[in-house]
Amino acid sequence: MLGRVFEFDSPQEIAAGASAIICINSHSRHPPACGSVGCLSDASQRATTLGIPCWKLAARRGFATLFSGLSFRVDEGEALVVSGANGTGKTTLLRIIAGLTTPAAGTLTWSGEVVKPLDPDFRRVIAYAGHLPALKDELTAEENLASLLMLDGEAVKGDALRSALDEVALVRQRMLPARVLSQGQRRRIGLARLTIMPRPLWILDEPTTALDASGIGLLGRVLGRHLAGGGMLVAATHAALGLPPARVKSVALS
Amino acid sequence: MTTAAATMSPAGTDAVWPAIRWAVARDLKVALRSRTELAVQLLFYVIVVSLFPLATSPEKNLLSTMGPGVLWVAALLASLLSLPRLFAADFADGTLEQIALSPYPLVALVFGKTLAHWLTTGLPIAVLAPLLGLQYAMDFDALVVLTAALAIGTPILSLLGAIGAALTLGLRASGSLLALLILPLYVPVLIFGAAAVDAARTGLGADANLSLLGAGLILAIIGAPFAAAAAVRIALD
Repeated sequence: MLGRVFEFDSPQEIAAGASAIICINSHSRHPPACGSVGCLSDASQRATTLGIPCWKLAARRGFATLFSGLSFRVDEGEALVVSGANGTGKTTLLRIIAGLTTPAAGTLTWSGEVVKPLDPDFRRVIAYAGHLPALKDELTAEENLASLLMLDGEAVKGDALRSALDEVALVRQRMLPARVLSQGQRRRIGLARLTIMPRPLWILDEPTTALDASGIGLLGRVLGRHLAGGGMLVAATHAALGLPPARVKSVALS
Repeated sequence: MTTAAATMSPAGTDAVWPAIRWAVARDLKVALRSRTELAVQLLFYVIVVSLFPLATSPEKNLLSTMGPGVLWVAALLASLLSLPRLFAADFADGTLEQIALSPYPLVALVFGKTLAHWLTTGLPIAVLAPLLGLQYAMDFDALVVLTAALAIGTPILSLLGAIGAALTLGLRASGSLLALLILPLYVPVLIFGAAAVDAARTGLGADANLSLLGAGLILAIIGAPFAAAAAVRIALD
């Protein structure tokens, strides 16, 4: 069964084996907010790599092929925005990139190496935020944030947690159980988690869901900072994210 | 937020122990904040065990013959009741995805969750059992062996149950399917566990049965987390 038609705003056809690793020794790059264990303090060690060219991805849900022959490439500092009507496979595409779902065909590569689903090395470079905010109702906002960060290997102290919650305007609610927080506040906790985790690739599924206007502005700022620092972003969204258009590539699934 | 090297690993995420510690700490904290649910499950065990002497005759010989079997079957049922809690809540709120995507090994995280599950389900049962065993006119030696057998056997129930819970994630009618999958695996534990207490009651040694239970526990610890982790990955696909 052939897939449906896709559009690329900036078509990037992948020549076989065209990816390369570029080492950037840039001292002008601002150092990471080092509160986290394991961050590199020496700029010359930070080899930044090209992002993820993907060869001919195809996905299936049951017997229906959602898409096939999908290829794209995301470089450092760029964002890939996936749009499309409901049910066209945006979430599936993001889950394939994160490694949760196995594609029906095609491969994902990172820094020139093929990545299998749930590859342990690849898990260390991504931050995935799906539809569900991954919060336990019984734990407080601060405990949820600390727990999620520890799961990702970042042991974060109380001050860093508080300042992250402050940035997303949740510092007064930090001792409340997540059960009583609104949807928007729960999404903000997810946003706070993203700001602390030093991961190059962010995969966000509908990040603007439930956020109010100030939340969307905050999201835009956080994403902009991430891209400016050389990070990469893949996001599925209906709404505008407020990113500088020069850095955005889009894929429209139909 | 930064462009750390693609191969940078948050320190020590190959280590298994921090993963287990994280899973146990979080699950225990969550479970202790919903204490009612835990109490209800324990109460179920107590009630089931207490129903049998009421329903059958209060004759001492009959009760003491029946006792080990009843206590074990009730422990099995209580374990089955509590198993969906192991993964279903995390699956429903998106935590299981984050667990699968964590740099820590999934096997270690699954083992930690199973350990936390045993601490809130199996361990209270093993602790409470001697008290309930008094209803069945069991003497002191039998009660000691009962506690030991349950202390060794209930972790096996949790470990095997984790496989079933992961396999039936996200399915409808998962409770009955889980029972169907897991009860055959539970039967050896039931046989050796009840036989151990029986042997102590009739004066024969319980060593053989307890050793077999112990061997089963070691096998379960080695094998079950891998199977459960694989099942979790399938469920998330």
